[in-house]
Amino acid sequence: MTDATVQQDHVTKATRRGLSEPVFAWALIAPALVFIGFIVAWPLLETIRLSFTDATLGGESYIGLKNYVDLFNSDKFYDIVGRTFYWMFLSVTLKLVMGLIGACLLNAAIPGKALFRILIMPPWVIPIAIGVIGWKWMYNGYFGLISGLLQEFGILDERIALLSTKTSAFYSAIVTDVWVGTPMVTLFFLAAMQGVSRDLYEAAWVDGAGRWYRFRRITIPQIMPVIVSMALLSAIWTFNSFEIIWILTEGGPRGATTTLIIDTYKVAISSQRFGEGAARAVVIVVLLALFSLAYLYFLNRVNRHYGAK
Amino acid sequence: MLMDRLTLLQKIGIYIATFIFMLFILMPFIEMFRVSLRPMSHLMTADFTWWSEDFSWQAYRDMWVTVPLLGRYILNSIFIAASVTALTMVVVVPASYAYARLNFPFKAMSLGMFLAVNMFTGAVLLIPLYRVLRSLGMLNTYWAMIIPGVAFLIPTGIWLLRSYLEKIPKELEEAAYVDGASRLYTLRRVVIPLAVPGLIVVATSVFIGAYAQQFLFAIAFNNVREIQPLPAGLYEFIGYQDVTWNEMMAAALTGVLPVMLFFLFLQKYLVAGLTAGAVKE
Repeated sequence: MTDATVQQDHVTKATRRGLSEPVFAWALIAPALVFIGFIVAWPLLETIRLSFTDATLGGESYIGLKNYVDLFNSDKFYDIVGRTFYWMFLSVTLKLVMGLIGACLLNAAIPGKALFRILIMPPWVIPIAIGVIGWKWMYNGYFGLISGLLQEFGILDERIALLSTKTSAFYSAIVTDVWVGTPMVTLFFLAAMQGVSRDLYEAAWVDGAGRWYRFRRITIPQIMPVIVSMALLSAIWTFNSFEIIWILTEGGPRGATTTLIIDTYKVAISSQRFGEGAARAVVIVVLLALFSLAYLYFLNRVNRHYGAK
Repeated sequence: MLMDRLTLLQKIGIYIATFIFMLFILMPFIEMFRVSLRPMSHLMTADFTWWSEDFSWQAYRDMWVTVPLLGRYILNSIFIAASVTALTMVVVVPASYAYARLNFPFKAMSLGMFLAVNMFTGAVLLIPLYRVLRSLGMLNTYWAMIIPGVAFLIPTGIWLLRSYLEKIPKELEEAAYVDGASRLYTLRRVVIPLAVPGLIVVATSVFIGAYAQQFLFAIAFNNVREIQPLPAGLYEFIGYQDVTWNEMMAAALTGVLPVMLFFLFLQKYLVAGLTAGAVKE
């Protein structure tokens, strides 16, 4: 039977049995759609509506664009947006670099690699909040491990409470965020590396290519699709990263770790200014959508430029 | 293989680098364990010391008194993550099949819409989500922590499972179909059994996601202690003025141990599964 007749057969049988392919397909997707509709889509529309009101616990009335105008007229807002993007770029870059290094190490032909592959998992498979509680302890100034070790090695003269000065709090939060994200990125990169055909390496090796050359010219291009998709996913997650900052600093000290998501939570939930919070939430969604589109557009151009995919 | 052969020096270098890398990954756990072994009085009065003579397991006994619901928290966490996983899979399997195999109008658009959900997190939608759950009467129940979890894991589930299903040869389904089996029967009796390895990997990833991210929905939508998951339950104690850190660390480590062990044993299959599922272009 040729493809065409199989196709033909399908069509006739499908109609004979009532459910056409599109109807059946939509029936299969319906439960997922209902879920997303109730829990994501409707709340999203509601958030957009709320962003045009002055909603608080007391009630709400329509105030037009006031929330947005206030937001765009406040310098603090631009600080927060800038900080959020800096937070995202720095953290994602570090996660990708750590993931790449980790994957190379775990991929090396050394005895014990199976054990290392197991030992890398814990930060990934525990509740994020639990790992962060551990970090919060380590950052504490009096008995914390990091401050203690730095003193021990004579790098610091006195205790330092890493979460209570602005700069150190921000970079401490970055370290913790990288720690949470690294294992997953590493395992995905490792999986991708193992999927690269051995023949490519052997051919290059026979031609006298060294390790570094093989890594740059074979490994990296071959796992590029995974790097690219991990970068986008990580960027979105990092942008929205809430628990880590919230548990470590609640956005402090003096706003040094307040990213957009923290600001939104503070305004909307802590101060219960729902309308203003909703406007911030809409800004997050718009910024992320723009970022994702720009990323995909850029990617497309790069791909076309190199004539790949 | 000759190509992979490393000189002794290279090997030493790799071990040192791996050791440093692992130290970064495992340091918090080592430190949590160390703290959990030290009496509170010594922990807070003395300057930092790495080693001390007074290590004891006392905190692992006292924590059950300080955190009376610890056992419940641990079980709640597992129960919530397992329920999220089960419900997600029930929804994701048919949807992924549709995207992997069937042609229908708005296919690409609706798939793109699902993936776009990844751009939202619960934190952005908290206010209206609170209202939805309240009007459904779900606040302060397990559902308040399960239902939102499911919604935010559906997209990843579809994305992963779809690529598995695409790899299953079409011929078997077509044979069943030609023999007169209905579409639903084919899905249940032919496709699902063939997809079991993929289903396990996807379910595992969903479980990890659900287990890792229970904190926000728990603190936002539930204030009943008895049904709180582990992170939210313990967080309450971290907020107090006098935190008994040694017991908190003991409780945290004990709490994550069951699930961690489970995954450490599954590790091999998990990584193999990710290779098959995610690495695809």
